[in-house]
Amino acid sequence: MDKEYVGFAALPNQLHRKSVKKGFDFTLMVAGESGLGKSTLINSLFLTNLYEDRQLPEASARLTQTLTIERRGVEIEEGGIKVKLTLVDTPGFGDSLDCSDCWLPVVHFIEEQFEQYLRDESGLNRKNIQDSRVHCCLYFISPFGRGLRPLDVAFLRAVHQKVNIIPVIGKADALMPNETQALKQKIRDQLKEEEINIYQFPDCDSDEDEDFKRQDAEMKESIPFAVVGSCEVVRAGGIRPVRGRRYSWGTVEVENPHHCDFLNLRRMLVQTHLQDLKEVTHDLLYEGYRARCLQSLARPGARDRASRSKLSRQSATEIPLPMLPLAETEKLIREKDEELRRMQEMLEKMQAQMQQSQAQGEQSDAL
Amino acid sequence: MSKAHSSHLGFSGLPETRTDAAMSELVPEPRPKPAVPMKPVSINSNLLGYIGIDTIIEQMRKKTMKTGFDFNIMVVGQSGLGKSTLVNTLFKSQVSRKASSWNREEKIPKTVEIKAIGHVIEEGGVKMKLTVIDTPGFGDQINNENCWEPIEKYINEQYEKFLKEEVNIARKKRIPDTRVHCCLYFISPTGHSLRPLDLEFMKHLSKVVNIIPVIAKADTMTLEEKSEFKQRVRKELEVNGIEFYPQKEFDEDLEDKTENDKIRQESMPFAVVGSDKEYQVNGKRVLGRKTPWGIIEVENLNHCEFALLRDFVIRTHLQDLKEVTHNIHYETYRAKRLNDNGGLPPGEGLLGTVLPPVPATPCPTAE
Repeated sequence: MDKEYVGFAALPNQLHRKSVKKGFDFTLMVAGESGLGKSTLINSLFLTNLYEDRQLPEASARLTQTLTIERRGVEIEEGGIKVKLTLVDTPGFGDSLDCSDCWLPVVHFIEEQFEQYLRDESGLNRKNIQDSRVHCCLYFISPFGRGLRPLDVAFLRAVHQKVNIIPVIGKADALMPNETQALKQKIRDQLKEEEINIYQFPDCDSDEDEDFKRQDAEMKESIPFAVVGSCEVVRAGGIRPVRGRRYSWGTVEVENPHHCDFLNLRRMLVQTHLQDLKEVTHDLLYEGYRARCLQSLARPGARDRASRSKLSRQSATEIPLPMLPLAETEKLIREKDEELRRMQEMLEKMQAQMQQSQAQGEQSDAL
Repeated sequence: MSKAHSSHLGFSGLPETRTDAAMSELVPEPRPKPAVPMKPVSINSNLLGYIGIDTIIEQMRKKTMKTGFDFNIMVVGQSGLGKSTLVNTLFKSQVSRKASSWNREEKIPKTVEIKAIGHVIEEGGVKMKLTVIDTPGFGDQINNENCWEPIEKYINEQYEKFLKEEVNIARKKRIPDTRVHCCLYFISPTGHSLRPLDLEFMKHLSKVVNIIPVIAKADTMTLEEKSEFKQRVRKELEVNGIEFYPQKEFDEDLEDKTENDKIRQESMPFAVVGSDKEYQVNGKRVLGRKTPWGIIEVENLNHCEFALLRDFVIRTHLQDLKEVTHNIHYETYRAKRLNDNGGLPPGEGLLGTVLPPVPATPCPTAE
């Protein structure tokens, strides 16, 4: 007997069609010291030339340069699917002599995007919310160090609860295979020791075949990815042209899994986990931010202030809607307090005056 | 006493490389070095008969072989740039303790430390007391302001030590020379330009010690990238008025100038690769780095400029490095100290007597 067919197995197809129509937004942040091959890797990953007009400042100019945040947008279309990719750069990171707190502008930027989203979400017109939240941060680690440097640790600790971090070893063709393995292990140990949460690629389903599971495990073990980027096409061994870097002693092929982890990174970042990165950003990181934000607004301190002034008795019982950024809300509360105090003073003065005039009036009556 | 490999290092040819200098030791030179040195007048020996003056070279050679000589080399740069490996490769012995063991718990020191390790190397009957001065912690912190100060202090302390010995009434026959003759500064191969820290260090220290900038781990740059990077670095150094060794102002004659000009404008900074592992290439065992895309041979001039650096520092300019340190840098320090002290030598008071100006000690070649 034929089972009755209701039809909602077609749901994934509907979702797929809708999302294809809607297009796809993704914001990727790239961070790390200058000179680690970040721009080259981005160009290699997305087969673009985003940094054509970039002007690299000289060393003397970078002495007192503060960190800036730069955004570059590119629309990529492939197979009928449109991706609006926003790249966030952090030029100047790690450049100056004193890099203390140089990560604060980055933290501020990430939180600003959360604030904006929070505002939009709590607003009236929620149809066209623009999601400018940072979905992923590719953090570049130097292959020349002996693991994470103090600056790396400080940066990662400042942002790991706010953005998905994928650590990457840049210019990995500086390392011999055993050096790469040792460096990866050292970084993994350091991340654990410093309790830094990086993006966890989700486990594959238990019903996947063994091959896929093994591949998945291999990919996970190669984190942090040791990458090499190139926008040049070279002829390696004369067979067919590949993206690579030609040296006098041989040619590094970017897409050769024996040479570097570029393919792994591209597969995991672009081909399989783009959506998951967005979901984790929304369900975990943004929710965490939102909870912290709301909690601090509903702090006992705020409630006390509200209860002290009689005029705002009603507002103490309301749940305050986070209509404004936290700092501004604080300021507003203070201003309102000031106003209330002034009004109270005026009220008291008026009452005193009234009493005085009453007393005077009685006196004059008595007279 | 560690023996050098049988392959030729090059410093046993020392007394013969600078004949001018050797000749000028016979007559104590007034400081500073004369602009036009006395060239030996060539006498037609057929007319006057053979005197035998030229045997002085052989006499000096014998003396040097008996007494040996000192050489102090300092390495400065961020951790992980291959400083110790390079020095070990230069002198073909384990003269620098490599912190390459990944298993060891390795903490970056919080401040810059100065570690001097001495070794005696022998080659062709000539003994060299080599001291390698390491500077762990340089440039590794989040705040690297003034991190060159401990290094400057160390260098000046060695000048002070020498000065104190020099002004003693009962002087040692051979004053131990701990002054830094050469400072190898390791530039990170970012491919962009110098970092602000590089500029600041070299600005402060190029007046105090001979600085030889090298581009570390140069196997991450292709030929074009290397040459572009070198050009940019040279230009930046020039624009900032930084004179690295060999300094233009100390070229003695046209011959020196042409030779040094070529090195200054074309070869330097040397892009080097270091290694202490040997691999089989074309039937020969060579020092190198083995990657999946090829073997980088350290001593192959098509691969990197290690051989140029080695020849420069050891085979042609070793003696000159010491002379410039003694005749220029040390004298500058000494003049400043005496000036500050009102023309009196520093140290304990000598019964109120004013000592006559201390004549310059001849450059200690035969130490």
